[in-house]
Amino acid sequence: MSSSDDRESILSRVRGALAPLHKRAAMPDYTTELAVMRQMMGSRDGLVVFSERLALVNAIALTDPVALVARLRENKWLHGYCDPALWPALAPHFGADFKVETTYDRKRVDDYAFGITRAVGAIAETGTIVLNDATTSRRLGALTPWVHIAVVERAKIFSDLPEAVAGLGQDTNVIWVTGPSKTADVEGILIEGVHGPGIQIALVV
Amino acid sequence: MRFQQIDQFAAELKADTRAAVYDGSKKGHEKRTKLLFDEYADPDRLRRIAGEVKQHVVENLDTYLPQVEAKLKANGVIVHWAATAEAANQAVLGIMRARGATKMVKAKTMVSEETELAHFLEKHGMEALETDLGEFIVQIDGDHPSHIVKPIIHKNRREIATSFEKNGLGAYNDDPQTITRRARHFLRHKYLEADVGLTGANFVSAESGRLVLVTNEGNSRFCLAATKCHIAMVGIEKIVPRDYDLALFLNLLARSGTAQELTVYTEFISGPKSPTQPDGPEEMHVIFVDNGRTEVLASDCRDILRCIRCGACLNVCPVYRQASGHAYRSVYPGPVGAVLSPLMMGDKFPQKADLPKASSLCGACHEVCPVNIPIPDLLLRLRNRAKEENVPSPGTPPMGAWALLASQPTAWRASLFGGKIINYLPTKLLPIPALRAWEAKRSLPAWRGGEFRKWLKTRKGRADFSPTAPSRAEAKKAD
Repeated sequence: MSSSDDRESILSRVRGALAPLHKRAAMPDYTTELAVMRQMMGSRDGLVVFSERLALVNAIALTDPVALVARLRENKWLHGYCDPALWPALAPHFGADFKVETTYDRKRVDDYAFGITRAVGAIAETGTIVLNDATTSRRLGALTPWVHIAVVERAKIFSDLPEAVAGLGQDTNVIWVTGPSKTADVEGILIEGVHGPGIQIALVV
Repeated sequence: MRFQQIDQFAAELKADTRAAVYDGSKKGHEKRTKLLFDEYADPDRLRRIAGEVKQHVVENLDTYLPQVEAKLKANGVIVHWAATAEAANQAVLGIMRARGATKMVKAKTMVSEETELAHFLEKHGMEALETDLGEFIVQIDGDHPSHIVKPIIHKNRREIATSFEKNGLGAYNDDPQTITRRARHFLRHKYLEADVGLTGANFVSAESGRLVLVTNEGNSRFCLAATKCHIAMVGIEKIVPRDYDLALFLNLLARSGTAQELTVYTEFISGPKSPTQPDGPEEMHVIFVDNGRTEVLASDCRDILRCIRCGACLNVCPVYRQASGHAYRSVYPGPVGAVLSPLMMGDKFPQKADLPKASSLCGACHEVCPVNIPIPDLLLRLRNRAKEENVPSPGTPPMGAWALLASQPTAWRASLFGGKIINYLPTKLLPIPALRAWEAKRSLPAWRGGEFRKWLKTRKGRADFSPTAPSRAEAKKAD
């Protein structure tokens, strides 16, 4: 059977299955406010909440490129990838001990200890960084390095999930990243840095 | 007389496995409860509304499926339909062959477990590698997942370390961090070599055609950053009406599944990569899979199609905790599996008709369900169906004698009195196998037949239970 035969057979079976129903369940009327966490209620500063929540998912909020560079140096994360659009502004903060590439070579995936890319926004409620295709220079550059630094504009922090969903926009690939990549598959023990970054940093500008 | 199949499995389970499953599921459940009740004034309201939204979708699939198909096509996605598991696998194979692809990396998808896609592709000369850590371990072990969300809940670190060693992933080391790093290192090169990335979808928005995928490890993101072709296998019931509804469902899914406020990677994918983006699929396929779902839709248990595969009902279920997932002989274990698996068998329903009996009907699964599925009711309906279809039920004690007594008031009263004899009998020595099996693990309480009737007759302010009294329903109508 071809896919179009299968289409017809599935849809006719669906119609057949639903035909005996006298009344179909109606769509409930609700507002997504009910899905917003209690402690988010009230009018707290987006950046404060974002930083707080970020810490809860074991990610790091920084507001100063100097602090970022110090942290990278301290951990000997000296080789990385940086979005070419961001590099001119960041380069003066990085010393000669760093090797930063503005092109990403997928053949040398293990060379990059860190990757710096732009975020399209963030979500305060959950400590989430929002990436998309238009803003992220390389999907791989934001994923494969041990440390991912997302540059987030302060004005683009959504307060909660419903607001962030409303702001998904037209991009075909929107990714919400909430903390470092992690697993608890082995005996329920939390391990960070499975396939993606083990360290997730938001550099808020 | 022998045990029921699931009891038999539980009885033979290794103590290690039982402990692993018990602890894992219990911990998951406790964390979930704390999170929901700390953060929401009325978490039950969330569940009820989410359930109503999904019930609406299920009962209007005839409208939503063509709608979502049109939207996907408009987004540049190639849409396929597969009535059976075989058709779904063939569709994947066809796409791979057309592209000259030989290597696939797979994110976790339960639909592909249903169709046994990886085995199928391997048989046809393709490489199909699981990338979720748990699924990867299941794959190298030639095992099956035993939980919807935590596929290796039944394994401990020593077993994992042994299979890593056997599969050339380094010398024996059972440190979970080392295990994870080795998998990271091995798999990242596999992603980069692969031609095709396969995922499922947790939700599909009919409004925008967005596929929503959630993972914690980032493996699905890697599949879709490294490969040039994205294939998504999607059960036909995965639709939500609007993007607006996603916030509600994402909140419930992460909390119910893994007790997180949000999973680490939540992806909204509405088509192939943007032209300016160097990484990711240029081609995207969605395969809508039936594989028994329309069978479920036609039954009086269609509510089960609301399920968002969070695994909360597994974690809370006293039977699942004792028996483990493999006891259910199905892709979907636990309470949800006890409903879904027999139904998805179609004509072969009798083969799994015993599963709905593996429940004490305690109702915990209904209470935790993020889409409020009345699982105990559905289990009863399936028990009834098995009875009506005369499915033999080995291992359940015959109830014929009880039925005879219960339908004759005089005989019933006599038996309540006469039953007292059991208090004076050495029941453990009686040659009644069902009783012996039961008593092997429990002790029989003293016979108290007739106490309830005595109490009912003498209590104050008692209701009128005489045959001429109006029933409750009638009394209500009269109001």
